[in-house]
Amino acid sequence: MKAKIIKKTDIASFLDKLIEDYEAFAPVEMDGLISFEKVSSSSEALLDYPNSKMPPKQLLFPQSETLFSYSSTKDTGELEVPSGPEKPRLIFSIRPCDAMSFTLLDKVFGGDFKDPYYLNRRANTVLVSIGCTTPRASCFCNSVGGGPFSTEGSDLLLIDIGDEYVVQIVSDKGAKLLDKKGFEDTGKEKLDLAAGVIKTAEASMGPGVKTEGLKEKLDSIFDDPVWQQLTEKCLGCGICTYLCPTCHCFDIVDETIGSGGERVRLWDSCQFPLFTLQASGANPRPTGKERFRQRMMHKFSYLLDSCDQIGCVGCGRCITECPVNLDIRQVLNSIAQLESVK
Amino acid sequence: MPELTNKIREVARDLLQQKKVDLVIGFARGTTPMCSTPCFVRQDGEVNGLIWDSFCENNLAKYLVKRSDKIAIIAKGCDARAVVELIKENQISRDQVVIIGVPCQGMVDRGMVRSALEGNEIQEVEEKDDRLIIKGKNFEKVLNRNEFLHPSCKVCTHRNPVIYDILVGDTVKELDTEPYLDVAEFEALTPEEREEYFSKEFAKCIRCYACRNACPLCYCQECFVDCSKPQWIGKTTEASDTAIFHIMRAFHLAGRCVECGACERACPMGVDIRKLNRKLTKDVKERFDYEAGLNLEEVAPLSTFKPDDAEEFILHP
Repeated sequence: MKAKIIKKTDIASFLDKLIEDYEAFAPVEMDGLISFEKVSSSSEALLDYPNSKMPPKQLLFPQSETLFSYSSTKDTGELEVPSGPEKPRLIFSIRPCDAMSFTLLDKVFGGDFKDPYYLNRRANTVLVSIGCTTPRASCFCNSVGGGPFSTEGSDLLLIDIGDEYVVQIVSDKGAKLLDKKGFEDTGKEKLDLAAGVIKTAEASMGPGVKTEGLKEKLDSIFDDPVWQQLTEKCLGCGICTYLCPTCHCFDIVDETIGSGGERVRLWDSCQFPLFTLQASGANPRPTGKERFRQRMMHKFSYLLDSCDQIGCVGCGRCITECPVNLDIRQVLNSIAQLESVK
Repeated sequence: MPELTNKIREVARDLLQQKKVDLVIGFARGTTPMCSTPCFVRQDGEVNGLIWDSFCENNLAKYLVKRSDKIAIIAKGCDARAVVELIKENQISRDQVVIIGVPCQGMVDRGMVRSALEGNEIQEVEEKDDRLIIKGKNFEKVLNRNEFLHPSCKVCTHRNPVIYDILVGDTVKELDTEPYLDVAEFEALTPEEREEYFSKEFAKCIRCYACRNACPLCYCQECFVDCSKPQWIGKTTEASDTAIFHIMRAFHLAGRCVECGACERACPMGVDIRKLNRKLTKDVKERFDYEAGLNLEEVAPLSTFKPDDAEEFILHP
């Protein structure tokens, strides 16, 4: 492991130094709500926090984004594409689960159809994550391919060893952040301490979900009546999708005023009745059962086919925020226990 | 609370065994501390999953709409009021539902409890009388439940179910609070201050529609926000569109809102959704002396007209 040491007393000046060169975003608390906001001083940023209410995905994939604006007269028409941010961006103090979510979004927006809006922002962004010394009871990153100290998606990872952070260098982009800052290399003793912290955190986590064989099981129970039973209490709101760091379905609308307007991309949610409503009036997913099933199938089956990765990083937001405690772990574990239908 | 849990199970068992209902809708223990979850029981062998505690916060009347089976529902004061409204609005017939009334002491706001623990992770919560015994790694704390009630429960004046077929537990003393004090205070602000307040609240909204979907009286076949022909409001996060959503929803609930607070509890972003609803509830009370969901006979004021209706809002030139 390539790593440097930063004293906790030096972390603020490190971030302040970075703020000079980057447009920096970090978790901030306002009215009791933690969210990723642009910060102009290290004093605003939280380093010890459970997690943000909204995932930081909106920094790269905003809830509402103008793709282009248009205007027309009788003879001519004009299109204008908004320019992206010029200053490089830094997301500081992001949790490993949220950093990992970008590895999936990279595949979705960088697959056969390249999405310049997301990709330009992504290329222009560097991620400094902070490992989770005390994972929450709703966290299950360790059972979906991540971990409280996973480096997936991050450029640097901070590991809290008491009075200091061991800063694991994950990418060249991350290494550049530490250039010429005078931080010392980490010796064996501190690396061992870090390994101990990671081990303790991992050991403290619950059993989570069993993903082994889950895809095959899901593919075999598409028409099973169990979906009705599993989703009976679901209210059909958009919390689980809007607060999910990996959910990425969107809608595109034209907001027209007079002879001009904007084409806007908006987050959409498979839980909404409008999601697959067709122009004819037909809806292949007419009730909550089909819509909830879609969410599970997309995350744990279809994305494996298209991106070779599941659409869940185990952040637990859908568990803590669901108004009726429809716990995704319970749903998946119930499915895992079902007999496969051939 | 354990006595109430046992009684609820007994009643549910009897109803299912005697085939008086097909389904009992109640609460079960959730998967995280301080979280009970709606539960659907169809077999008498499953009644032991039912529980009653300080976290049965959902309004179960939500689940009564568009059903054909015969249902027993566990109803707090606010659930019972919502059932009354649904019967009056022909969403369910009176003989289709067996109301198991449970007098309510107010439900505990787990967010408030969490804030009082300053980020310490809660592993287990036990209830003894009015005490919440909170246990986590390396700590134990005892709190008085009555100091941590949901905002809607703090001002609730109908804790005892207004309608029921079976009452479980003893009736409780109704709160002797000055009704709508909070609204009166808000009304005293200048229009600019009120606008500023709502702008700030609505700016938090992410348009997930959890408020609408948790509301027992939001049952429109097609909500105006989902309507595409014509499209009533824009779908972006533009401030005016979000404001229109909340304002139109509040007006649609005028004289129908039973003040259960399900909207606010469902909201992940902490938007003060009840402010608008309570203003309209107060207006309906003052103008028409009507409170929603109290009895099956009274006609909802916005569904009828009386020549002597208050009309001071009509401006004469």
